[in-house]
Amino acid sequence: MTATHKSRASGNWLDVYGGPLVIGVLSLAGLLAALLFEGAGRYFCWIALGTPIAVTVRFFIRRKNPK
Amino acid sequence: MFLLLLCITGLPLIFHHELDELFGYDAKPEMAAPGAAKAGVDQIARAALAHDPGRVLQYISWDKDEPGTVIAFTNNKVDGEPDAATVRAFDAHTAKPLGAVGGGPMRVMLKLHTDMYAGQPGKLFLGAIGLLFLIAIISGVVLYWPFTRRLRFGTIRDDKSRRILWLDWHDLLGAVTIAWALVVGGTGAINTLAEIMLNQWKSTELAAMVAPYAGKPAPVHLASLDATVAKAKTAAPGMNVAFIAFPGTPFTSSHHFSAFMRGDTPLTARLLKPVLLDGETAEVADTRDLPLYLKALLVSQPLHFGDYGGMPLKIIWALLDVMTIVVIGSGIYLWWVRRRKMRRSSTVGVAVTSSLQPSQ
Repeated sequence: MTATHKSRASGNWLDVYGGPLVIGVLSLAGLLAALLFEGAGRYFCWIALGTPIAVTVRFFIRRKNPK
Repeated sequence: MFLLLLCITGLPLIFHHELDELFGYDAKPEMAAPGAAKAGVDQIARAALAHDPGRVLQYISWDKDEPGTVIAFTNNKVDGEPDAATVRAFDAHTAKPLGAVGGGPMRVMLKLHTDMYAGQPGKLFLGAIGLLFLIAIISGVVLYWPFTRRLRFGTIRDDKSRRILWLDWHDLLGAVTIAWALVVGGTGAINTLAEIMLNQWKSTELAAMVAPYAGKPAPVHLASLDATVAKAKTAAPGMNVAFIAFPGTPFTSSHHFSAFMRGDTPLTARLLKPVLLDGETAEVADTRDLPLYLKALLVSQPLHFGDYGGMPLKIIWALLDVMTIVVIGSGIYLWWVRRRKMRRSSTVGVAVTSSLQPSQ
């Protein structure tokens, strides 16, 4: 629980937008991959677009079982 | 609110194929022996007309993912209203009718999702809602900074008030779904312009393609469809027919068939190429690529529907949609709570200032 509550005096943009940015780029890459490359593109797409869901589930579980 | 409607009606539409099957609105072809000969297109056409006497054929289409069926659109006249069309599936091998396609509850969902039963104005209205959605997302990105800059990414403060809990969920879900939501919202808005783009193409490109044949009457005896399909394939090597539009329908001239050809990769399957063929002789009249704006539209469609990466992608699409519903729902909740609080604090403010009046 303490780790999640580590507050900073001021944020820097990488801390704030870094996570969402990585997920956003991954999502876009996934969206295009399945469109452009059959087969391998599909698998990559599932993983890349599954990331936001996986991240959400992870945070949800972490909230349910605080360390 | 309309945005919620879009997200909620969109959810079952992701699985419309599976749900239509479940409700019995999607006919399955009989299992054909491998390598069995397919029925001729003319045979399908005869079957379709025999099934709906007094109507005329508008389109015959082949679904890339359903090689066992052929879809025939009949209507009361060739340029009849799209809503008056009867869409039936036929067995690709035996030409047996397999039942109507696209009726039932999914049709209601589709209408609510695309135009709320209000035709083109409804579509444009929902397109505007889509644009507002994009603006809302951008404003969310800007507001994300002051709200989360002191927090670690993904922090859910469930030890604070309910409002803060929902704010954190709103921030987290909004942050992770943003790219997807922008793509689906944007491509959805583009799709509302489909009819306008099609009309633009008809009045420019299609008009130029049929110009040399101006004044030719509507064909009295239609050419053989099998010959038409064969000729279209020679005009676009390596491609297959996605659908044929009959003379007089919105996709062609009054004298020509048009065959819309597709490639076989996920991308080229979307980039249709029209081939114009004489309605009486089946000779190829002209073929040219679609203009950029229609290509953009066709490529944007799978990115809206999520139907190009198999079942896993559909499930991911649905989960992301649910997450977006939560973002919108929590957004409405937060706005409502805030408004209530503002109102209360303004009355409290009056009380406080009055109590702070110097009392003597």
